[in-house]
Amino acid sequence: MRRDGFALAGAGVVMMKELADNLSSVRMRLLEGLVFVAGAGAVYATIGEVRSVVSEDPFVFLRLFTTPKAPLPSFVAFLGFLIPIVAIALGFDSVNSEFNHRTMSRLLAQPIYRDALLFGKFLAGLATLAITLTALWLFVIGLGVLLLGLPPSGEEVLRGFAFLLAAIAYSGVWLALALLFSVVFRSAATAALAALSVWLLFAFFWSMLVSLIAPIVAPADPDNVMSLLHNANVTEALSRLSPNTLFAETALAALNPSTRSLGVVLSSQLEGAISAPLPFAQSVALIWPQVTGLVAAAIGLFTIAYIAFQRQEVRA
Amino acid sequence: MSEPIIRAEALTKRYGSALAVDGLDLTVEAGEVFGLLGPNGAGKTTTILMLLGLTEPTSGRAVVAGFDPLRQPLEVKRRVGYMPDSVGFYDHLSGIANLRYSAALCGMKPADADARIDAALKRVRLEAAGGRPVRGYSRGMRQRLAIAEILMKGAAIAILDEPTGGLDPQSTHEFLELIRSLQREGMTILLSSHLLDLVQSVCDRVALFHRGRIGLTGRVDTLLSDVLGGSHAIRVEARGAGLAEAIGRVAGVTRVSEAANGFRVEASGDVRAAVARSIVEAGGALLSIEAGHASLEEVYTRYFEGVRDAA
Repeated sequence: MRRDGFALAGAGVVMMKELADNLSSVRMRLLEGLVFVAGAGAVYATIGEVRSVVSEDPFVFLRLFTTPKAPLPSFVAFLGFLIPIVAIALGFDSVNSEFNHRTMSRLLAQPIYRDALLFGKFLAGLATLAITLTALWLFVIGLGVLLLGLPPSGEEVLRGFAFLLAAIAYSGVWLALALLFSVVFRSAATAALAALSVWLLFAFFWSMLVSLIAPIVAPADPDNVMSLLHNANVTEALSRLSPNTLFAETALAALNPSTRSLGVVLSSQLEGAISAPLPFAQSVALIWPQVTGLVAAAIGLFTIAYIAFQRQEVRA
Repeated sequence: MSEPIIRAEALTKRYGSALAVDGLDLTVEAGEVFGLLGPNGAGKTTTILMLLGLTEPTSGRAVVAGFDPLRQPLEVKRRVGYMPDSVGFYDHLSGIANLRYSAALCGMKPADADARIDAALKRVRLEAAGGRPVRGYSRGMRQRLAIAEILMKGAAIAILDEPTGGLDPQSTHEFLELIRSLQREGMTILLSSHLLDLVQSVCDRVALFHRGRIGLTGRVDTLLSDVLGGSHAIRVEARGAGLAEAIGRVAGVTRVSEAANGFRVEASGDVRAAVARSIVEAGGALLSIEAGHASLEEVYTRYFEGVRDAA
């Protein structure tokens, strides 16, 4: 059935209002504080390690992001943990709070479609995450310039920027998930717990699950090389169902130019390879499927949330 | 006769196997205050949501302000102001900021919106509180803010769902005054309520809801005489044996029922003198006798008693 009028009329208004709410909320202040402290801590701890290799590595600046210094994980690993938390915290009550505060029916009685509301909320969340991540990224680079005393090269900036875009896509996946749960569950606490359990599953238990499932699906026979290869491929495919894996692989290939492949590499394939860093364009080609996967996951989850929301009754 | 501003034809809404609204026909003329009455769960809110295009009817159609809420919901919502049952606002924002958001969603320019918001807040006497966060508003203030939103929107039709729910008598009184003044300015008002007496005092016409159907529609005074039979109700306070029979024998009395400390008598005319005499003659002690006003509540109980008996 056709309906008159532009489906997204008012989406911009909703987005600006939600963005203002997000940026001024106490919740966001706390999360920003947490992310900045964690990021700064990780980078600061890494500086000592990085300084010792300044003369050996042409991409020393990128090491700021990737080098861990026990007991702290690397900056990238920190982000892998914290981005989902921030995204979930932003999204878990975005739709159900409108019901719980009884603003939903009044809001939808204004001349807008529901589409505008959901799109506006998602875009506002994504914009908030993008602003936070970009600020953090600039902060780390600035810290690096101050502490290392040398500026990043053009390629380092490009690679860092590719990583930033991937991080935003990764945050989009978790935001869409949180939004979905905020549509499905009328109670904000249930939505938050559901989203956090999914995060817990992928952050901690997924690798264990994969190592349990893969041998069942593709048993590895030590005497049969093909079965070993098959097992390795299945393990890889399963672990890539997790957005965390996709993000970690993207970060690895984008920030470490010597990464030549993200999959299984046979020794025969390495024969005659020159051990030199990959050009930027080749690294981008390497991470393209991963980033596409992240964006697709975000769009897929948003679509499910969208359909669920369209079918929902307005009355509480 | 001009086209009614709200018309519903055979509007039906089914939730699974439950029938929330069952073949509802309704017309509201421009400038009227129309009351939807009935107990909770009778289908009033569902009807309102269908008129606004917020819920899709299972079958039937509606026309609001010349538009189809199903296909042209934006046009309908531009002309209709809606105050939901227990209305909510964003607590952390001020009253003004809440209205600014609604104004922006209606596509108003900020300068234009601010002027309208100021005027609307003055109308509902919230100009002093407008800058404070809604968190600190009382229930009555929230309801007035919702009316301000409708005024600011410049809506031709206001749909109010349980507008006086949870208000104290003083606020209710003020609120009813506000509704009357809106009507004087030519706004059409559709309100739903389970408080029948309230509706009686402000509505031109009412529809009595019962299990998703409209039982009765009409002007309040017509309904009173139709259902109660042009009735005069009398409250009698008396003590003594066999008084009910004695009163029942008085000419013109149609019904006698037991009430606190006495009886409730319905009659076709003013029979107070005759009833008093009959009580005294029957040897009863007459303590007081007074004429009571017939109310919609009685119409409602009586009518649906009849419906139930017939079923």
